[in-house]
Amino acid sequence: MPRLSMSETKPDAQQVIGEPLAHDSAAKHATGAAIYIDDIPEPPGCLHLAIGMSRRAHARVTRLDLSRVREAPGVVAVFTARDIPGTNDVGPVIRDDPLFADGVVQYVGQSLFAVAAQNVEDARKAARLADVVYEDLPAALTIAEAKAAQLEIEPPQTMTKGDVAAALAAAPRRLKGRLTMGGQDHFYLEGQVALAIPGEDGDMRVHSSTQNPGEVQHLAAHVLGVPGHAVTIEVRRMGGGFGGKETQPALIAAAAALAAAKTGRPCKLCLDRDDDMMLTGKRHDFEIDYDVGFGDDGVVQGADFTLRSRCGYSTDLSRAINDRAMFHADNAYYLPAARIVSHRHKTHTVSNTAFRGFGGPQGMMGIERALDAIAHALGRDPLDIRTANFYGPAPRNLTPYGQTVDDNILGALIPALEKRANYRERREAVAEYNARSKILKRGVALTPVKFGISFTTTHLNQAGALVHVYTDGSIQLNHGGTEMGQGLMTKVAQVVAAEFALPIEAVKITATATDKVPNTSATAASAGADLNGMAARDAARTIKARLVQFAAGRYGCKEGDVRFDSGRVHAGATSLSFAELARAAYLARVPLSSTGFYATPKIHYDRAAHRGRPFFYFAYGAAVSEVIIDTLTGENRVLRVDLIHDAGRSLNPAIDFGQIEGGFIQGMGWLTTEELVFDDKGALLTHAPSTYKIPACSDRPAVFNMELWDGENAEDTIYRSKAVGEPPLMLAISVFSALTNAVAAAADHKAMPNLDAPATPERILRAVNEVRAVAGMAR
Amino acid sequence: MRDVVRFRLDGVTHEIRNPDPTVTLLRWLRAGLRRTGAKEGCAEGDCGACTVAVSAPGEPLRAVNACILFLPMLDGAELWTAESLVGDDGALHPIQRALVEQHGSQCGFCTPGFVMSIFAHLESGGGTSRREIDDALAGNLCRCTGYGPIISAAQSLTDYRRYEPERLAPDFEMLAIEYEARGTMRRFHAPRSVAELAALALQYPEAVLLAGATDVGLWVTKQRREIETIISVMNVPELRELSETPAGLEIGAAVRYSEAEGALARFHPDVGELVRRIGGKQVRNCGTIGGNIANGSPIGDMPPALIAAGAVLVLRKGDYERRLPLEDYFLAYGEQDRARGEFVARVIAPRLPPGALFATYKVSKRFDQDISAVCGGFRVLRDGARVSDARLAFGGMAGVPKRAALAEKELIGSAWGEAGVRRAMDALALDFKPLTDQRGSSAYRLDAARNLLWRFFLENEPARAGATRERILDAAPVDV
Repeated sequence: MPRLSMSETKPDAQQVIGEPLAHDSAAKHATGAAIYIDDIPEPPGCLHLAIGMSRRAHARVTRLDLSRVREAPGVVAVFTARDIPGTNDVGPVIRDDPLFADGVVQYVGQSLFAVAAQNVEDARKAARLADVVYEDLPAALTIAEAKAAQLEIEPPQTMTKGDVAAALAAAPRRLKGRLTMGGQDHFYLEGQVALAIPGEDGDMRVHSSTQNPGEVQHLAAHVLGVPGHAVTIEVRRMGGGFGGKETQPALIAAAAALAAAKTGRPCKLCLDRDDDMMLTGKRHDFEIDYDVGFGDDGVVQGADFTLRSRCGYSTDLSRAINDRAMFHADNAYYLPAARIVSHRHKTHTVSNTAFRGFGGPQGMMGIERALDAIAHALGRDPLDIRTANFYGPAPRNLTPYGQTVDDNILGALIPALEKRANYRERREAVAEYNARSKILKRGVALTPVKFGISFTTTHLNQAGALVHVYTDGSIQLNHGGTEMGQGLMTKVAQVVAAEFALPIEAVKITATATDKVPNTSATAASAGADLNGMAARDAARTIKARLVQFAAGRYGCKEGDVRFDSGRVHAGATSLSFAELARAAYLARVPLSSTGFYATPKIHYDRAAHRGRPFFYFAYGAAVSEVIIDTLTGENRVLRVDLIHDAGRSLNPAIDFGQIEGGFIQGMGWLTTEELVFDDKGALLTHAPSTYKIPACSDRPAVFNMELWDGENAEDTIYRSKAVGEPPLMLAISVFSALTNAVAAAADHKAMPNLDAPATPERILRAVNEVRAVAGMAR
Repeated sequence: MRDVVRFRLDGVTHEIRNPDPTVTLLRWLRAGLRRTGAKEGCAEGDCGACTVAVSAPGEPLRAVNACILFLPMLDGAELWTAESLVGDDGALHPIQRALVEQHGSQCGFCTPGFVMSIFAHLESGGGTSRREIDDALAGNLCRCTGYGPIISAAQSLTDYRRYEPERLAPDFEMLAIEYEARGTMRRFHAPRSVAELAALALQYPEAVLLAGATDVGLWVTKQRREIETIISVMNVPELRELSETPAGLEIGAAVRYSEAEGALARFHPDVGELVRRIGGKQVRNCGTIGGNIANGSPIGDMPPALIAAGAVLVLRKGDYERRLPLEDYFLAYGEQDRARGEFVARVIAPRLPPGALFATYKVSKRFDQDISAVCGGFRVLRDGARVSDARLAFGGMAGVPKRAALAEKELIGSAWGEAGVRRAMDALALDFKPLTDQRGSSAYRLDAARNLLWRFFLENEPARAGATRERILDAAPVDV
């Protein structure tokens, strides 16, 4: 069976849209020629930094003696909160994220000071030599402890639709349960890094591995106490981001900039893996209580969800992340009456942050568990229960936050996948296997994804671009989006090449920089290509309109008769190369450079009421996963995956497939092997790949069939494509549901498993023992 | 004797006089040579972003982690990085081209490491089945692609043409290295005979004996320890010997895991499978069984299997050798029965007696390249229906690899049957009070250990012909 199949690609007239072009840097990746920040030749005199970190979860620092650090070999300077000329803060939304903890530490690993030394080894050694005296304060490390201590980063939020209490009371059947799920480290292969180079007038240029150059610029400027115009942030590429470089790079870049400003020398801060994992935020762990009322047909009549998350010590993006968890508590299902309550707990642990899906995956897990429980209670196939609850035509199209679901394709997509994956036959085959097999049990499940596309903070949905056409017909492209491996630069270059009907090679991709396109939003929320593709097209079209007008006048034809085709321009009877036209336009003093801009239409949201249209559209998909578990040890394996995903009319199917399978495996890791373990003092024990296990090569299922849904975006997006960065991660919920199904099989489906995530061998074995105890089976 | 480390890179011989003994190859490549294709992803040999390939006369090309390899260890080798493979005209190597064509890179940070692992695999004659590719790439982590396109790229290279052998290894005249790093008290020795090694070990009883640096490398990169004297054992021919005799298997202390893999698989397929799952390929290409035992690393999955097999450890001090049962070497966490100036010479695993029941199992969060939560090695000998001898060894259940004395007692003398095995399973709770840590809770470890013994029984149940063997990796083939 082929690894992937592509529903007939539809090359656009321009020949580059919809083509499976390679990532623009692919050859450079493979040869080692691609330059990441730690690969940039260090400027003469460059100093290397390391961060001195807190060893306590919550304590008053009564003494911070750095004399041994200062005296260590190679050390040039040491910086604490006292050395900050501007504001001691790198918080993205609320000013509660100090660059250096001042007086009080709030998590193990928090930054206390930075040391600058002649080389990186000296800096890292010296950072461990601080004499710190702590006076411990009460620490809340878990959701339970924070709940008991009533610690929250903001008041609980509630979203309601209809009278849920009445609906639950009236429902013929009712189920309650709780599911907990762990966080996840981003484990970008390239750790956090910044290189700051001081200039004249207090200017600072910082190479920062960031998804959000604009924010890093402003936060670094605040720390330095200079206006935004004095700081320039540049990033050509990141070695992975996944949300982990949305807000976290500000601290890294600000520390480097501070040291550079103070010493007048270039300064680089490159976190080693352990420091990176202890210092920087992760995916939020969640606890979800569900209370659902339903009929004997399995149709949900009311659902009450209580979400609790561990936000860590500061606000960071936790408001929006928990909002998104609420937005996706329904996943793809219509809830006639619903209440979704969200508690955002403050804990004395690292401040959790954006991670691919941004709360969405956690929100969906609750309802998927509830539907599995309903199916179990009714003795029905979970797919039938899911299908019975999908959003449908009005009035079954209204979400708990008041947006209607108008672009739902699951009604067609799910049967297609069911057939493609032989779901029914395989359910039967699995049942037969389980009847024969004593120790090993299989499970299979199909779960859908409906993911809302747009930043739910409406003003962030804007983007800028800058396009230059040179007199030889070559083009330079710049925009506010950043490249972290997702192929954004390639996609946006495809858009610009298509506008001018040029081959992709004509478009030069340049590093994202705040001095080229200002005030940009993070490359996040899956919206990179949606936003920057449109902005770049706007810029290209401005230039193109000028060229058309010029050509029509010069060659004596109507503007409508000027055609761009395969690197040539046809104007009436005249045909010339694009380069010749560019040259001619230049000589006629036609401007060949333009900015472009885009703001997503139609969206609005009233956060106080939790009502509105936060999303421009939804992206859909579904997956069938088959797993096997060992009931003696809890070891498990994913055997086969079949999925269909909706990328609208794909801009680049190769890149989209890459996002789909990469996202799936990352989601699978979150729900299976990736376990963040903290000790009872709040220290992270799993801070390196020796102890924190992301999926390895052999964990990729032996059979992995992917298909792109053949359809276009109902909304007017860039070439009718859809955002694809985050949604596929949630297809991996099918793995968790299949594992739950396999655990249930260990007790002949006589009990509903209480399997929590991540489903490590230990959790699976515990769940197996529990269901067998409930079913009265001997172990 | 000399103080020059000599190796070849892209046909150019590099002679490095008096290098810092613990400077890593990665540091030298990146900071010294400004060759930045190899990346630091973890500095502990677990992610493979720093993978390069080395070859030496008479050895297959090996993928290694440059982040934990000390520069002097490279003496005499040919070194290859991702940049080495690019043609003089800038043409991509077939492996690089395959990765581009199959969309095998996204962020690209891990890609040079994958290139070099595939290169070493194919150059050393590896095949392109999914299973072989998985093994070759187990030590390379990718966070973007989900591995599919990388596997496709590797599998597309079915007609791979290997380099000519003379390109693969230089032919340096090899001399023992001995020097003191300038301006420090730090010494590096690489003796070339066991007598020299024995003398040096006595002369510098505090020295760190270095084999593959898969553990000692981390003392430097993670714990930031300063090591005063290093004695490398890798050039000592007597310690590099591996012999399979009718009596058993003798593995010299400096034999790498990858070099012993075949012999251990022939010893028993379970042991081969166990070795396959220790570290990634890069770790097995450097790490030695002797080193793992000698350091008493709690991170060792080999000892339980070897203890169950009745292995004997041979230690040497000066001209004197002594032998002891492997289990007696591990005294307590971080404490071994090794005198000052003494070193591990070899480990001897006697052949399994005819009719012996033997198995070894490893339970970890991830199948490949993970350290076990629990590891069990079992050997049962029978006299008729009764158990005449039982060796039940566990890792992860105590501070050291340890036999379950009480459980063994329950088995010995009783019939090989469910009743005896159940009693032995219960006795494990008296034998062990396992720790709770990031790899598993105490309760889970005990539960899993019990069940592993149960599995051993089910797989060797006398009552049923063709006893029950249900193993998850058997039931989940990757080549489909």
